[in-house]
Amino acid sequence: MRPVRFLLNDALREVADIDPTMTVLEWLRGPAGLSGSKEGCAEGDCGACTVVLGTPTEAGGMRYRAVNACILFVPMLDGSQLLTVEHLKSADGRLHPAQQAMVEQHGSQCGFCTPGFVMSLFALYVNETRPSRARVNDALSGNLCRCTGYRPIFAAAEAMYDIDWQEPVHAHAAATARRLLDLRAASEPLALEHAGRHYFAPTTLEQLDRLRAAHPEATLLAGGTDIGLWVTKLHRELGEVVYLGNVAELRGVEDRAGELLIGAAVTHAEAFDIIAREFPDFGELLRRFGSALVRNSSTVGGNVANGSPIGDSMPALIALGTRVVLRGPGGEREMPLEDLYVAYGKQCRLPGEYVLRLRIPKLAPGEAFRCYKLSKRFDQDISAVCAAFKLRLDGDTVTDFRAGFGGVAAVPARARRTEQALIGQAWNGATLAGAEAVLADEFSPLTDMRASSDYRRLASTRLLRKFFIETTEPDAATRVLEVEAFQ
Amino acid sequence: MIEPGEKSNPAIRQPQPHDSARMHVSGEARYGDDMPEPRNLLHAWLHLARRTHARITRMDLDRVRAAPGVVTVLCAGDLAATSNDIGPVFPGDLVFAENEVLFDGQPLFAVAAESREAARRACMLADIEYEDLPAILGIDEALAANAEVVASKEWMRGDPDAAIAAAPHRLSGRIRVGGQEHFYLEGQNSMAIPQEDGQMLILSSTQNPSELQHKAAEVLGVPANAVTAENRRMGGGFGGKETQAAWFAVIAAALAQRSGRPVKLRLDRDTDMAITGKRHAFRIDYRVGFDDAGRIRGIDFMQAADCGYSPDLSHSIADRAMAHADNAYYLDQLRITSRRMMTHKASNTAFRGFGGPQGMVGIEEVIEQIARHLGKDPLAVRKANFYGIDARNVTPYGMTVEDNILDELVGELEHRVDYAARRRAIAAFNASHPYLRKGIALTPVKFGISFTAKHLNQGGALVLVYLDGSVQLNHGGTEMGQGLHIKVAQVVAEVFGIDLDRIRITPTTTGKVPNTSSTAASAGTDLNGAAAYNAAMKIVNRLLPLVRDHFNIATEHAIEFRDNGVYANGQRLASFQEVVHLAYMNRISLSAAGFYATPKLEVDELGRGRPFYYFAYGAACTEVVIDTLTGEHRMTRVDIVHDVGKSLNPAIDLGQIEGGFVQGAGWLTSEELWWDAKGRLATHAPSTYKIPAASDVPAHFDVRIYERGINVEEGVYRSKAVGEPPLMLAISVLYALKDAISAIGGYRRAAVLDAPATPEAVLWSVEEMQRAIHAPLVAPARAAAEPVISK
Repeated sequence: MRPVRFLLNDALREVADIDPTMTVLEWLRGPAGLSGSKEGCAEGDCGACTVVLGTPTEAGGMRYRAVNACILFVPMLDGSQLLTVEHLKSADGRLHPAQQAMVEQHGSQCGFCTPGFVMSLFALYVNETRPSRARVNDALSGNLCRCTGYRPIFAAAEAMYDIDWQEPVHAHAAATARRLLDLRAASEPLALEHAGRHYFAPTTLEQLDRLRAAHPEATLLAGGTDIGLWVTKLHRELGEVVYLGNVAELRGVEDRAGELLIGAAVTHAEAFDIIAREFPDFGELLRRFGSALVRNSSTVGGNVANGSPIGDSMPALIALGTRVVLRGPGGEREMPLEDLYVAYGKQCRLPGEYVLRLRIPKLAPGEAFRCYKLSKRFDQDISAVCAAFKLRLDGDTVTDFRAGFGGVAAVPARARRTEQALIGQAWNGATLAGAEAVLADEFSPLTDMRASSDYRRLASTRLLRKFFIETTEPDAATRVLEVEAFQ
Repeated sequence: MIEPGEKSNPAIRQPQPHDSARMHVSGEARYGDDMPEPRNLLHAWLHLARRTHARITRMDLDRVRAAPGVVTVLCAGDLAATSNDIGPVFPGDLVFAENEVLFDGQPLFAVAAESREAARRACMLADIEYEDLPAILGIDEALAANAEVVASKEWMRGDPDAAIAAAPHRLSGRIRVGGQEHFYLEGQNSMAIPQEDGQMLILSSTQNPSELQHKAAEVLGVPANAVTAENRRMGGGFGGKETQAAWFAVIAAALAQRSGRPVKLRLDRDTDMAITGKRHAFRIDYRVGFDDAGRIRGIDFMQAADCGYSPDLSHSIADRAMAHADNAYYLDQLRITSRRMMTHKASNTAFRGFGGPQGMVGIEEVIEQIARHLGKDPLAVRKANFYGIDARNVTPYGMTVEDNILDELVGELEHRVDYAARRRAIAAFNASHPYLRKGIALTPVKFGISFTAKHLNQGGALVLVYLDGSVQLNHGGTEMGQGLHIKVAQVVAEVFGIDLDRIRITPTTTGKVPNTSSTAASAGTDLNGAAAYNAAMKIVNRLLPLVRDHFNIATEHAIEFRDNGVYANGQRLASFQEVVHLAYMNRISLSAAGFYATPKLEVDELGRGRPFYYFAYGAACTEVVIDTLTGEHRMTRVDIVHDVGKSLNPAIDLGQIEGGFVQGAGWLTSEELWWDAKGRLATHAPSTYKIPAASDVPAHFDVRIYERGINVEEGVYRSKAVGEPPLMLAISVLYALKDAISAIGGYRRAAVLDAPATPEAVLWSVEEMQRAIHAPLVAPARAAAEPVISK
């Protein structure tokens, strides 16, 4: 049994005999003795624990992404580079521009969130040059600060590019990438055992299938942005874990003539560009999905397979007519995504079956598609209601309509009755009014801390109305996020 | 106190970075849980009751005690011989539930074990049975049951009932404002380390080491001199660690005393949010009479605070709400009734503003209602009611406002933002956007500075000068991110005329400065800065005769400490270090304790008189846009001017203003505390409780310090306190939202909208407005809110 091997900054670390669900944050603050990364929530919602993961790219360089260490398990570091706030200073002790700018712009007050912000800024510094304010917003969407009001942190995000810095992390990126590729080549797939618990990280579909057969009860782990919380919040002990992130066949994105194929273990960050290009409004939804830190870990297949009624990708995928491809002992089969969900926490996956990929049909000419997400906060918030609509018109007659909803039922749902009230009708106010009445009655949403049942019901109909407005009055402003201030 | 501008290279007035900034950004700054752990450390965990109000009929902890790794178990019975009650002023704040559970999450017992995980797992093994009792879950129920944690209070001036009855216009109504979770990024934590001979060292994330020390001494049954409480910094406090940090410190200390081993108790986020107190939710009922100009003739407020299950500091918080029921407005004939209601919830506590924000929302609601009733711009009604300079200048509690700058300050902002033109632009926008509405509000802040409990207005410091001329600075204030330490260090550097980096800022410890007040009430710099000033001046005054004598300086020549040296007659006599050495050789003491007590304060038993040394002022103008289909909304532009007197550190002060505003905006919009029907808090983590994120702050966020500001009282170098007042600038956000909703009804009607104004709340308010304007005009605005004030 080999240890978990990764680079901590530039030093090879071999971690043996470890609880496979120990979080990276626990490991850093405990055995590694690095207390710079903080625990603010242990659920991936505050970003005080932000670290940067480096992985080799096909081009021979390194890709760096900021993630939440509090819901990342240590074995998931295998074959990667881990950078923390302790690793940014130059050899002669100078602060990295992300750090120096935070000092100069007064970006820290109590300082507890600061290491996390610094790491998000560091990832931004490495990945982008002089990004727009909107991009800075997105990069910081997973980091909460309770003291500053963020203004000086924005200022730091601008100012850091003006600071002279001779030691870009990517200067030795090629060398680091080579070390990691050599490390990966020299290592068999990770298989850990600790106190009777197992962790496997297969690298091929064939290995995965064998592990599935041998360990049918094992928890399938991808990004860990939900499973991490099973451990840190629900204090569940996961007996056997199979990690999917290294399985090459699950990591592919294919842009085909009529559809996009997205492997289950592709992260939302990786899928963003192609989805945003094909479906701009789905892109806007994904931009608000979790946070930058979450999207760098969370996977397209994970959200779908998790099947939460408040998962934000499913309403859009369902409205687009996505088909989910399952693989299991009986081979592969596929179905419309909405058919996967049977009841709360229940799916029609057979024992041993797992999500292999999604097939998302592209829009036909003349089809309109919009996504809507209602939440108390625009960024990093779980939706009270999430909705997506796809409309096809022939003249002014609705020839096809698909409506996907989250937050209004026990599962991600298709509003079939509402769709039927629209299909074949003229796309006008009278039809809309009828469809709104049907929709108001179609779901029986719950009241909880995010919204009341009444709000969810009314807002659902209002989102349908908004879609009608956006498709019939294209010049009307309907989104507060697009409104500018008067100067 | 020295007037500003005397020295050539002043240490004050400079935008010095936070003293820990370089450590913050490199992860080197240590917080409680980052401290090196002592050998044999035990970890503690709490067992929380899962009942809202219940009798404990059985509590069997045998399996807990027998669980692997468990060393010590502690419950209320174990503390009976000393104290299970750590109420800061009144009794009632319990360490552990006694025979009755009083709120969901109340700790029943604590376990210290070899690991945090072992302690947590052991906690799950308790055998506990309850008998449920009826619970009071909200202010209305508490009022109906007359359930109070402390007695109500009333302030009266003139004959408000007659004044209201005689006024040309009358309105009555009600507004509710929600509570707020502090969400300090660093949760509550304490480590207690037993010392020799029964002593205890406690490292705690606390704003109040002295009270914590005394409470721990009571609980441990030892004199206060056996307990030392220490804090280097907090990862945020905001009032949440003023009284309630002691709770976890005494548990850690009692476990450490019993086990004889160090014990750390660090709450996880969910526990912290579930069991610690929050900002008080308020219901405010009003009756008001006013004239055609909108000027208030008579007003009657009933403020009811949700205090939770116990007193904590609720009496003082409710007092401050009363003292800010006026905000910036002269209220001639008035009654303010304050009710301090008991509910079966965690005990609500201090939070930045300390009742002031809720009191101010009450009067701003009245202004809004008057403006819509009269068809006037709310800003005009505000200005018509501002305190006067020579007349109309006495507050409801009898203090004359002597430092009123409202007209100049608000006028400056009104001009800067071009309020009238913005109004027109918004009208044009609203006319051309059928689905969106913009709104704007410009609101003032006047906030009283000092603890309302007079005795707390004292500060202490201990300044130590070493032979190399370096200085160690100790004072009674704690650092929670507000920049207190750097400001006080700047004061000491100014007095000694030495570089800031010659001053070492130390952890706050009860072993250096005793009997300190909590770092609260915005008074940290006023009290501790002045005490440090006094300490440093004592040393300077010892050095002056020595220098005069040694360098033979005639008495007509002043001796100056500046530029790291001592000067007379324009000549440098010696370096600071050389003078220090000279003093040592001449056996002159190089350390001094400094003390400060705020002057002029005097209050009667009802809290009337002069509770405040001075007022801090500010104004904010916020523009918002709402989506009338969904209730979604955001700020599009914010402009602020805020008075900090003459700033000691403009960068730190600006940070307090910006941060305070955004925190206040969160309170009034996205930060919704939600309890289920059984009284269990469901919003106990950042996944469900939404503080503002980066993108919530508008690109246009123009915050400026009021350049003409000066403290007419002798605040430290004429500066003013800045911690709390800016939070209330965010009231402009709530009233901009109401303005946008009111726009739907042609501004003829005030929006019915309580705080927090979530998208849901805004949508219901929009719906209500649309129904009302389409309904025939029969009832006056806010017919829904019945008059509720009893005589």
